[in-house]
Amino acid sequence: MKIRVGHLYPDYLNIYADRGNIAVLAERARARGHELDVRAIGMGDAVPVGEIDLFYVGGGQDREQALVARDLETKSAPLRDSVDGGAAFLAVCGGYQLLGSFYKDVSGEELPGIGLLPLHTVAGERRMIGDVLLECDWAGRTLAGFENHAGRTILSEGAEPLGRVLSGFGNDGASGFEGCRYERVYGTYLHGPLLPRNPWFADHLLADALAHAGAPTELAPLPDELEHEAHDVSAARARARGGKF
Amino acid sequence: MLVRPPIPLALESAALRAAGRLSRVAGRGGGTTLPGKLLWKLDPGAIDLLAGRLPQGSVLVSATNGKTTSAAMVAEILRGRVRVAHNSSGANLVSGIASTLLRASDAELGLFEVDEGALPEVARRVRPKALLLGNLFRDQLDRYGELEIVAARWRAAVEALPDAQLVVNGDDPQVGDLARVHGGARVFGIDDPRLARPALQHAADSKYCLRCGTPYDYAAAYVGHLGDYRCPACGHSRPPLDVSAREIELHGLDGASFTLHAVEGEQRIRLALPGLYNVYNATGAAALGLTLGVPLAEVATGLERFAAAFGRFERIPVGDKRLLMLLIKNPAGANEAIRTLVEGDAPRVAVVALNDAIADGRDVSWIWDVDFEPLLDGLDTLVATGSRAAELALRGAYGGLPRTKIEVVPSLGAALDRGLALTPPGGQLTVLPTYTAMLALRKTVAARGHVANYWENGG
Repeated sequence: MKIRVGHLYPDYLNIYADRGNIAVLAERARARGHELDVRAIGMGDAVPVGEIDLFYVGGGQDREQALVARDLETKSAPLRDSVDGGAAFLAVCGGYQLLGSFYKDVSGEELPGIGLLPLHTVAGERRMIGDVLLECDWAGRTLAGFENHAGRTILSEGAEPLGRVLSGFGNDGASGFEGCRYERVYGTYLHGPLLPRNPWFADHLLADALAHAGAPTELAPLPDELEHEAHDVSAARARARGGKF
Repeated sequence: MLVRPPIPLALESAALRAAGRLSRVAGRGGGTTLPGKLLWKLDPGAIDLLAGRLPQGSVLVSATNGKTTSAAMVAEILRGRVRVAHNSSGANLVSGIASTLLRASDAELGLFEVDEGALPEVARRVRPKALLLGNLFRDQLDRYGELEIVAARWRAAVEALPDAQLVVNGDDPQVGDLARVHGGARVFGIDDPRLARPALQHAADSKYCLRCGTPYDYAAAYVGHLGDYRCPACGHSRPPLDVSAREIELHGLDGASFTLHAVEGEQRIRLALPGLYNVYNATGAAALGLTLGVPLAEVATGLERFAAAFGRFERIPVGDKRLLMLLIKNPAGANEAIRTLVEGDAPRVAVVALNDAIADGRDVSWIWDVDFEPLLDGLDTLVATGSRAAELALRGAYGGLPRTKIEVVPSLGAALDRGLALTPPGGQLTVLPTYTAMLALRKTVAARGHVANYWENGG
């Protein structure tokens, strides 16, 4: 089965090794006899509604993020239509912030978001940096990653977080939650990159994408010893030093 | 705030030098920064005083990549002309510079490699007479923050030193632009389109115009985003080069040759160091040497004498084998090290050591932005080691190396032994460590009697 991935702004938003996430999705799809067809959706490009099974957007420096925000507004409607049609979406870091309703920087200036996720972000003075460990109760699994963000993301009433923070800062360093989950859209600050050391989540995204493509979503298990080892080292880091300025 | 009666500086200095010796005797590594840290605690202003005593003042060298090598090249160019206080072992924060000042009490000139984040503070205290600024790449976002923040702080530091002589790499948009805020800067770069890359590398850092955000057009891209750029919208472009490397020839792992063009004349130079990035380092060092009044011929002989800086393409004999140690610390630097390695003689076995101490960067995501694939393609065995060995192993696996060819050996000493066991007699083992892994590996090799400890090096 061909799994169609739309990678948004790969030239602009790629700061935290986003290609690692794509490489993991591609290899894990290939190992199950599927093919990941990744196409870049850049500045001024149209979003082919219904033809993308999984969208991906990464993080960038403030400057790149501001350049992207203006263009992303023009893609707001087709992205919403895609998600309403069951497409999956993973947004990391800066990309996660842009899916909310706005991002207000330290000077008080607002960068518009597209409101796909029920949240907004306000920049704080100190960056929240370190390893993070989440408990995802909805999946009965943990996620280990690294966060580095000045933005404090506030979830709207009733919004579902991606996980509970076991160690680290999370969305705002106060709520005890990290990320956001809506339909098949997942937003998170976790990079590292996220997917190599959290293979269950990579497979979950692939299954969501297969569901959108109308294919069976079962994925045979893979030998993930290295993945689990990397997860455990990262989780131990988070427990030892996460969540401290 | 604690008020402390002033202690005469000479007394402080003697006590702190003793602390450095004690630290070495106690086996706490080189003791290269301990005296400086104590001085820093006792009296931060003492560093300004110590630097102020140098009869010929100080020069600073900073960059994301190549600052240790560039500073060591400048030291070689100046050898025999002037006695320098040089932080040659890479202790490049304020404390390391303070320690170097304490140790070298008879020095005439300070030559300091400076961490890019520490540059504003060091420049403010040391008041250098000249600065060599090489490049800014994305590095350790967890420590330095974003590139633009570092660039803005450099700009402020340079503006606060209107009388200093400034030498900048014009091929880096952020760094080259400093020539526009500081009169009389000397701009260096590479002019040899034959060696340009066909395209900007993955995750190039400064590819959008500083002024208007439009992607630059590159007439030639040499290393990462370094090259001959021009903004098609507003015209922001590489400043004219005062010192340039032309007619470059790369001789695999054996070195590189180029013609140095400057207002002082032109001179063919053969470097013992490989790779285009070392041509950048040499051209910057030459530009600084010329700025300091060293004749062109002496600049050239100094560069040709230069072997390798600490852990950077360093060859270390171990019994009947040898190590080739290439420090890796960020995508741009690692890409160039790998490119040079593979274009030379691609290894069959590599030990790659990934640590995540503060000095390495706690965030290890950068390894996913490194183009390891050309190295992986030729490997029979990857020995993944260091505190994040498993993560590195995953990078290899998802980079296409079969898992049967990957060995995870977190202990650095054991990984070194494993690598050496896989190396035939007379052969060379390639080791790519991050910073603290490099220090630890050198210490292991030194403990076996194969290499001088770094605090025993000249300087």
